[in-house]
Amino acid sequence: MFSERERPLMPAQFALRVAILSGLALVMFSIIFFRLWYLQVLSGDRYMKAAENNQVREITVRAPRGEVLDRNGHTLVANRAALALQLQPTELPRSHRKRQQEFARLGQVIGMSPDQIQRQLREQTKELPANPVTLKRDVDHNLVYYLRENQAQYPGVSVQHVYVRSYPNGSLAAQIFGYVREVTEEQLKEARYQGLVPGDQVGQSGVENTYDNVLRGIHGMTRVQVDAQGRPTGGVLSQTQPRAGDNLLLSIDSRVQAAGEAALGAFGNPGAFVAMNVRDGEILGLGSAPTYDPSVFTKPVIPQSTIDHIFSDEAGSPYTNRATQGLYPTGSTFKPITAVAALESGVLTPTTTIVDGGTFTIGGLSFKNAGGASYGALQLPQALQVSSDVFFYNLGADLYSHEDAQQHWASELGIGDPTGIDIPGEGAGLLPSPEWRDQLYKDGDTDRPWSVGDNVNLSVGQGDLQTNPLQMAVAYAAIANGGDVVRPHVGMEVEDVSGRAVQEIDPAPQRHVEIAPQYRQAILQGIHMAAQSPGGTSYPVFGNFPIPMAGKTGTAERYPQADQSWYVALAPYPNPQIVVAATIEQGGFGVEAAAPVTKHILEAYFNVHEREAKAAGGKVPKRGPIETPPAASAAPGNPY
Amino acid sequence: MVSDVYPRPFDERRAAGAAERRGILGLDPVLLLATLGLIGFGLFTLGKVTGGDIPHDPYFYVIRQAIYAVIGIALMLALARVDYSRFRELRVGLYTAMIGGIILVLLLGQATRGSKRWIELPFFTFQPSELAKVLLIAALAGFAIDRGRRVNERQQTARLLLMGFVPALIVFLQPDLGTAVTYVVITLAILFVAGVRWTHFALLGVLLTAAVSAVLLIAPAIGHPVLKDYQQERVTSFLNPSSDPRDATYQINQSLIAIGSGSKTGRGADSTQTENGFVPDRTTDFIFSVIGERFGFVGAAFVLSLYALLIWRALRIMTLSKNLYGSLISGAIAAMFMCQVFVNVGVAIGIMPVTGVTLPLMSFGGSSVVVTLMAIGLLQSIYVQARLTSKSRADLLR
Repeated sequence: MFSERERPLMPAQFALRVAILSGLALVMFSIIFFRLWYLQVLSGDRYMKAAENNQVREITVRAPRGEVLDRNGHTLVANRAALALQLQPTELPRSHRKRQQEFARLGQVIGMSPDQIQRQLREQTKELPANPVTLKRDVDHNLVYYLRENQAQYPGVSVQHVYVRSYPNGSLAAQIFGYVREVTEEQLKEARYQGLVPGDQVGQSGVENTYDNVLRGIHGMTRVQVDAQGRPTGGVLSQTQPRAGDNLLLSIDSRVQAAGEAALGAFGNPGAFVAMNVRDGEILGLGSAPTYDPSVFTKPVIPQSTIDHIFSDEAGSPYTNRATQGLYPTGSTFKPITAVAALESGVLTPTTTIVDGGTFTIGGLSFKNAGGASYGALQLPQALQVSSDVFFYNLGADLYSHEDAQQHWASELGIGDPTGIDIPGEGAGLLPSPEWRDQLYKDGDTDRPWSVGDNVNLSVGQGDLQTNPLQMAVAYAAIANGGDVVRPHVGMEVEDVSGRAVQEIDPAPQRHVEIAPQYRQAILQGIHMAAQSPGGTSYPVFGNFPIPMAGKTGTAERYPQADQSWYVALAPYPNPQIVVAATIEQGGFGVEAAAPVTKHILEAYFNVHEREAKAAGGKVPKRGPIETPPAASAAPGNPY
Repeated sequence: MVSDVYPRPFDERRAAGAAERRGILGLDPVLLLATLGLIGFGLFTLGKVTGGDIPHDPYFYVIRQAIYAVIGIALMLALARVDYSRFRELRVGLYTAMIGGIILVLLLGQATRGSKRWIELPFFTFQPSELAKVLLIAALAGFAIDRGRRVNERQQTARLLLMGFVPALIVFLQPDLGTAVTYVVITLAILFVAGVRWTHFALLGVLLTAAVSAVLLIAPAIGHPVLKDYQQERVTSFLNPSSDPRDATYQINQSLIAIGSGSKTGRGADSTQTENGFVPDRTTDFIFSVIGERFGFVGAAFVLSLYALLIWRALRIMTLSKNLYGSLISGAIAAMFMCQVFVNVGVAIGIMPVTGVTLPLMSFGGSSVVVTLMAIGLLQSIYVQARLTSKSRADLLR
């Protein structure tokens, strides 16, 4: 048809139309190219300015932190909404002169001197450089409007809605809550604080820290369009709502807590108490004196004098939680633990009789009953009732030949190890043992190895023993509940904002210890008699207590200080629900200081005053001041 | 009109030579290169812009788009192996399937942003109005030849117009203005290439102008608006883009700022307009704004050059085709691409009303990518068939 070299001809009509179509394409691309040239090359600068005027500012909408409530739903820790005037250090003018000018302008408006602003900026960014600096809290709305309208003059200045912790009950349970502060740079690297930014608040101690992931909400974000000066131009590009943190219900009973703190406070010396459910380890009250006002930590800058006070030894170190961090010998409150060891290792039976002649001599050393008393022939319950030291010295000496039986049983009951309570910073204490002392001796840190005298001392809670009310409460609870060494906890339940329970906090016991029922019975009977039978060590305090209960006094020597006063109670007898352990530094005899504090706590727990009032048909009497126990000389028994 | 078989505009020497020199399945290498270039640059752009959209899954969009592209390329290669001329016999079936598909969407499609375009399938949402583009081209080109000699010219023109405008009207009711415009352009292109008289075109021009003015001006004036509010707003707002930054003009304004601020070489990772959400639909209808802002005039010119290459090859294949059916198809595809590129880019640079047309192979979306690649597959098929014919003819002559 066609020769190979000949170019085939298209019909003229078709060729024309192809040409027109091609021309159309050419025109189309030309238009686009010229338009692009005009937009990008010729007007690029103008549009660049427009783009710079089109900025986005992300405004964080803070989520309120969850509240902390007591077991009955009473608010313990709440939130207060506040308007905070903040400086964003990264957005302040770079030049020193401009910065000073801005501080001068700002200072006039908010009533601070430029120097003061400078100081705040320096102090608050010392450790957290990217942190927004809060200059003032609770600023006036008119000031907010003024600053918004004149935003261009105040770069880096903003007003934020923030939530501040508030404590409606003042210092109540301060050491349990801990405090909330800005997240630190180190914390931001930790997995549990993933996703937080500088300036976010996290729990730094106490349950605020333990349950931070529960209490902390998720911030919302509003992305608004702003011009180059940062003034909103009206467009909201996107919005996510904040999600409030969940509420935390503590097992704390406010009445019990308040009664304990009031009683401790009234006594005036440093001390601590723990009230706990013996079955599941729920803490009903846990307090330490002296205490402090937790709201000091909500201030943007904490005055140095406040910090000094809270942490100073002179002021009794109010920040310290003596209930979980205290390190004290226990005195005679340790005797029931020694009794468990002696009974279970076979050196004693409930009916074994030991004659207390007032003095116990071993290896040339002579140990006397406190006060020089002698009680004659005793069996275990009576020995506990009168708190015979000689009886327990004998047990201590006998246990010396039973290897580590005493340490083994004390340790099994929880002495000398952290209990695992959900309040950070718990102390381990010290349960002295032959290995421990022999190692010290080998290292040259002490003048002698372990000897029988150490066992004798430990049998009555003296010597090197160091523990705290929480460990004692756990040990007594195990004797009372049949051998469950509970894991104490103050967290009870997590609720969402609508009050729906989302998580029960009910940790399993640390372990179970087998104690023969007849042994437990003998011990409980002994300390019941100690509290409520005439001649018992705490009969003067609990003799007339309307609820049958059991309790053991303790008076520990803490040279060179005055004696440490202890009391541990179990109630009601013979099937206890609650254990209360209280201790007071330099409180003297257990019956004089710690026992009355314990009584106030038990009264609150059992509503004793309301009961009596009801029985009398009269009005509920106002709680009086703490009763002073009768003088030691008037007491019918051994007050130790 | 034209005869079924007419002297083919065919460059046998070049086609035969090309086949022997570069033998990638006998495909048009330039067309293939332009296609792969656009897909590659599209994925690159998409990756840059959507990296932070889905937390912990920076390649969410890229991976999906890549899967669509692979499916599309497979279909393209399959179509290239088939002799497109067979589709002419299937024209009635193709046309019925097309109309059926878009009516189905009207009946059970789900509403997105006030318009129904999707059918939910187990694995992805399928947009029949996109597939309808290639079906319409294959069917309408067939009908154009079919009636060639028997019917008088005016009737033939009217028939083809009707066949093209019916689906346009249906998708317009969905409502999808952009696709309706594309159908109209396809129909006009087929009529144009098939050689409809100039007088008919002139008349058509007058009628279309009248219809547009009726829709835009007269219908709203007498209280029976044809366009939905947002369409009315979109279509007319480009005439005065700065009037109110908070409504339809907002998009054009922001897009202009985005492209303009890209200047000569682009703002790269410093882009704010498309990054911070000022420009809407940045992965689909406004992806050209992203290219303009990120890669500047250089990047935009590069992408446009690839489109120019694509369209040039389509027009070239139109002249190489062994038969009129192939010329009609390639002409319509060329016109379709021209329309989509011009309208989409035109919207982004503020010279066209906002209509919601995708940028072929660049916009995110499975249906669009797959259908575009199918259309390119048809072009390749026409090229392959032309080459085979010329080769056998050359052998015969030898």
